[in-house]
Amino acid sequence: MRTLYRRAAGLAWTAPALVLLAVFVYLPLVQNFGYSTLTWDIYSGSQEFAGLDNYRDLFADPVFWTSFTNNLWYALLSVVFQVFGALLLAALVESIRSTRWQRALRTIYFIPSAISLTVAGLLFYFIYEPNLGLLNHALEAVAPGTFDHAWLGQESTAMTAVIAMSQWQGFGYSTLLFAVAIQRIPAELHEAAALDGAGPVRRFFRVTLPLVREMTGLMVLVTVSGAFQVFNEVMVMTSGGPDNSTHVLGTWLYRSGFVRNDFGHAAAIGTVIFVITLTIAMAQLWFTRRRRVEW
Amino acid sequence: MVSRLGFLGVIARLFMWAFLLGLAVVVLYPLLWMVLNGFKTNAELFGNPFALPTGIDFGNYRDAWNRGVSGYLATSVLVTVTSTVATVFISAWAAYGLTRVDIPFNKVLTAVILGGLMLTPTVALVPLVRMFQSIGLYNSFWALLILYTAFRVPFTTFLIRAYMIDLPREVDEAAQIDGAGRWTAFWRIILPMCKPIITSTVLLHVLFAWNEYLFAMVFTNGSDVQTLPVGLTSLMSKHGTDFPVVFAGMVIAAVPVVFLFLFGQRYIVKGLADGVGK
Repeated sequence: MRTLYRRAAGLAWTAPALVLLAVFVYLPLVQNFGYSTLTWDIYSGSQEFAGLDNYRDLFADPVFWTSFTNNLWYALLSVVFQVFGALLLAALVESIRSTRWQRALRTIYFIPSAISLTVAGLLFYFIYEPNLGLLNHALEAVAPGTFDHAWLGQESTAMTAVIAMSQWQGFGYSTLLFAVAIQRIPAELHEAAALDGAGPVRRFFRVTLPLVREMTGLMVLVTVSGAFQVFNEVMVMTSGGPDNSTHVLGTWLYRSGFVRNDFGHAAAIGTVIFVITLTIAMAQLWFTRRRRVEW
Repeated sequence: MVSRLGFLGVIARLFMWAFLLGLAVVVLYPLLWMVLNGFKTNAELFGNPFALPTGIDFGNYRDAWNRGVSGYLATSVLVTVTSTVATVFISAWAAYGLTRVDIPFNKVLTAVILGGLMLTPTVALVPLVRMFQSIGLYNSFWALLILYTAFRVPFTTFLIRAYMIDLPREVDEAAQIDGAGRWTAFWRIILPMCKPIITSTVLLHVLFAWNEYLFAMVFTNGSDVQTLPVGLTSLMSKHGTDFPVVFAGMVIAAVPVVFLFLFGQRYIVKGLADGVGK
């Protein structure tokens, strides 16, 4: 009885974390499912049970599908640049013999990740700006008269321009992580391969790549999950425009709930984001539980 | 060296250096441009964007400061500091309980706390707004403090827990023999031993809280409780044509975290490396 009491008293250590999580993370998550089955008129305050109507409306809504496609496009480009691009880049940087240069380059590449997406987004808003922006002026200098784009103002370029900014902001972060993973590979493995006559390219494919494979897989999952949570950069640079072409699920949820005052619709979008990110998180868990590369 | 690399090797090295340095320029030039634009007049800004400012005049910074940036900065500092302290302590407590105290349902509790890692803030947004409105904390400093803490406790606990697991058991036994209670053992022995990971989690949380936008934007609408990221966007919409002032504000928001990163790099890298496997 005494031990039981003592053990229960130990719960006090985890109590603050548990209470915070239960009230502000798990409870709202459950409430969100409830909200998504309601037709909720904010002005009259009336709430009516609507079953799956919100979901039906959602899947019939073209902006929802534009948002979803934009998230996918975001995920694809981020995997290309921030996973595979960063992996190659990290391997290049780590192949430099001077550790001082290695450190300097890693630091420079990371700096945009330290500043907020808001600052980076505003900065690129100006870089893309047709009149005073760097991009048009630089292109004008190379090929006069051919480039005069309002990069964020045209449906054809806006989404890719936003994603390009986020690659600029984020590639240094994943490069740093890959650099750490590559540093953990024992030097003997590279030396042995070099003695066998393997050049730098072959060593990358035969030594580096297999040994950072788990890390790469994990980064793909983290990156794709992150792409479905995008909000800040879109909000700052385009707010979803022009003509709803740059909405992602996050901004469309915000707009549905807090601008168009349709909480039920917003909650249904929340459920979609939840299902996608939870699926990826489960894959992540399964992935990390598997045998890790030992060395 | 050159002879061993061969001619092709030298060419390849040259290309590699050109690429790596070119990329460094692509990263640094926009940041330099941002800083320079903070010193320009509006006319200069709309002239040749590559031109240097005619002089170093801090007028735009003064303007930005007086048009609300001082207030946003104060809020950002307050929210960042308080949420960092709250998050790191609550997480360290939880990590201690989960790793070094014999508590019932340990596995379940660990899963519940670390499971929070899987949940995205966006999903809980609508219910959270309703909740904070009904408890009267909407549009207050408290909303941000509570949310930043609640949503970051899982990640921070995860990092500290992983570190505490590896501390030797004998430490706790020695503390008990010396007559130290749980509380003393935590404060005097375990926490000091966790200093490296605590430093990492503090820095990572500061980077997060300083830059956070979604909660800050949705849960605050009065300029007296807005943080820098949200304040900058309202500076932009309010003084939309006075761009150099906006640039000055951006520099004020960016400089502290860049320095934080440069000085705490080792700990940030360590924390990130440990955390990616979440």
